[in-house]
Amino acid sequence: MSTATQNLSGAPAAEERLSPSEREERAMSEFAHHFGAYTATNLESCIHCGMCADACHFYIATEDPKYTPILKAEPFKQAYRRESGAFAPFYKLLGLKKKVTVDELEEWQELLFDSCSQCGRCSLICPMGIEVAEMIEIGRRGMAAAGLAPKALMDRARHQAETGQPEESEKPYPEVLREIGKEHDLEVKLDKDKADILVCLPRTDLDQNPESVAAMIKIFDRLGADYTFRSDALIAENYGYYAGSRGLQKRITSRITDAAKKLGASLVIVPECGHAYTALRWQAAEILGERLPFRVRHVTEFLAEQLEAGKLKLSKVNGDTFAFHDPCQLVRKGGIMDAPRQLMDAMDVDLREMHNKKGFSFCCGGGGGVNDLESAKDLRNRAQTMKLREIDDTGAKRFLTSCSDCRVSFNEAGENQDWNKKTESLIELVATQIKE
Amino acid sequence: MTLLEFSRGPMLHFALFVFVFAVLWRLISTFMLGWRKRKSEWRTTSGSSAVKGAIAVGNRSWPHPEFLERTAFGEAVGYGYHIGLFAIILLGAPHVIFWKNLFGISATWWPTIPSGIIHVISVVTIFLLLIATIRRYMHPPLRRISNFDDWFTLVILFGLMISGVMAVFGLGGRYEIILAVHIISFNVLLIWFPFSKLMHAFYILPARFFIGYTHAKKGAST
Ligand code: SF4
Ligand code: SF4
Repeated sequence: MSTATQNLSGAPAAEERLSPSEREERAMSEFAHHFGAYTATNLESCIHCGMCADACHFYIATEDPKYTPILKAEPFKQAYRRESGAFAPFYKLLGLKKKVTVDELEEWQELLFDSCSQCGRCSLICPMGIEVAEMIEIGRRGMAAAGLAPKALMDRARHQAETGQPEESEKPYPEVLREIGKEHDLEVKLDKDKADILVCLPRTDLDQNPESVAAMIKIFDRLGADYTFRSDALIAENYGYYAGSRGLQKRITSRITDAAKKLGASLVIVPECGHAYTALRWQAAEILGERLPFRVRHVTEFLAEQLEAGKLKLSKVNGDTFAFHDPCQLVRKGGIMDAPRQLMDAMDVDLREMHNKKGFSFCCGGGGGVNDLESAKDLRNRAQTMKLREIDDTGAKRFLTSCSDCRVSFNEAGENQDWNKKTESLIELVATQIKE
Repeated sequence: MTLLEFSRGPMLHFALFVFVFAVLWRLISTFMLGWRKRKSEWRTTSGSSAVKGAIAVGNRSWPHPEFLERTAFGEAVGYGYHIGLFAIILLGAPHVIFWKNLFGISATWWPTIPSGIIHVISVVTIFLLLIATIRRYMHPPLRRISNFDDWFTLVILFGLMISGVMAVFGLGGRYEIILAVHIISFNVLLIWFPFSKLMHAFYILPARFFIGYTHAKKGAST
């Protein structure tokens, strides 16, 4: 089965041995976990107006109706109607709502993973106020429970839960971090026993953007912050969230929350990574079932606070015009509306806004694990083309964002389409402009 | 008992009973499913989030300008027939009399729209419903997600509207029969209502409130 997953040792994962009926049962019991008044109201409200399609970059880029957002949530919707809706016994008795079958789940894999970056734009357009993106997310959770999440995501999630990093790397990431520090002549605060702030890093930056990692170290040093990185809780991304696995997401989240508790930290900093922010800021407490004894802030949010407190001083950038991409998880879904613009204002950045900006910004095309799916390449490319055109339409010379996953997506799109811009990190710009 | 007497007597009472009972059942069973207590550190208090939720109930009626370019036509048609239906049902003189009789009230303050205008509104509304139906069939995402519920609801609405217009203009045979068909269509609508998408008339309030409330708690866009 193409969708099967394997465990670390290469032996078939437990999910691979599941029979079709076991898969159906597992999906159903995961769906049942999410049946509640809130989700039920969402599922009951759809008027089939089709407007959500007009918000989704995957539909707009392809005009293929199968990418209509609410259709992606169909297995969950169907399960609810049959098992838990007001007339469920009646529907069941008369056979009016069919059981969600394994074939259907397999058919939906592409719709739930390849063609949804969990960007949340569809939730903004729905005239009924349905939280469409969350319904799709629950669909993913059912798929993961049934062992039908894409292997590329599941393998990484499992690896990250076991080892702390999603994949084997040439060198362990703490070592990579030390080397980056050495190269940039910066002292790396790693594995302190006590610190007020725990800082995490995107794996993508450790792999591909060492300058961004150096920028983080430089900024926290300049601020004189009492912070540390931790080898056991270094990576910010949460592949359990991408894969839709509650169990793995919880284990990966616990790595960071446990480390922060041990440190006695009052603050955990999420670096430039949108989904890491959602996973830690909005889902960690929910998935762990407890209030967190520390605050969670995105690095731009933290820096904007420092700016307001007069602790961060920035010099002005000269001349160039900039466009800025609002990462979906930070802005639309995360509520960080102003922080990046406060930082840009402080640097006197000549910002040329896109037509769809802030909460309405189009996704980079690669969020929600879509960047990791080879099967999604063509589709994300089409969505990216649309986005690049919108960036170009601003007339800006340079292009900034504050999410490493978005950068991966834009870099891929840039290469494919011979784009004349480089995607720069806002944090790197802050590090360049930070005053002594 | 004539067909007309049956339609506005026992059948209407049965339809009303099903309507009230099943609507309540559907709403109550939705809200009885339980609420999860959320544990994240919110950006706003519950009070101010509730205010934002209430604002979202109104705000969502007007699309964000970012989306209008793609959605304006569909929304205009949707608004058009909703307004038409409401005007006819609530302000058309025969309907006002029907409601007053049904609820046994005199309500002298209840305004009516002159019949000439109601006739025009009725024809325009049928025309808009027709456009909405064609659009449902032609527009790929709409067609893809449409199910029996959508088509059957449209059939009932057409039955109701066309029989109403025929009764008013004295078309298609004996007035009593046409009127009975009109009332029967209404009864079918009442019976179908709680099991169908027509329930959006009730769900629209909590659904919009919830998204406004939960997004406000995160400071997210609404
Ligand atoms: S969350 Fe984003 S990608 Fe997913 S369906 Fe909605 S608009 Fe499309
Ligand atoms: S926009 Fe909302 S009501 Fe319309 S089809 Fe999509 S989810 Fe359903």
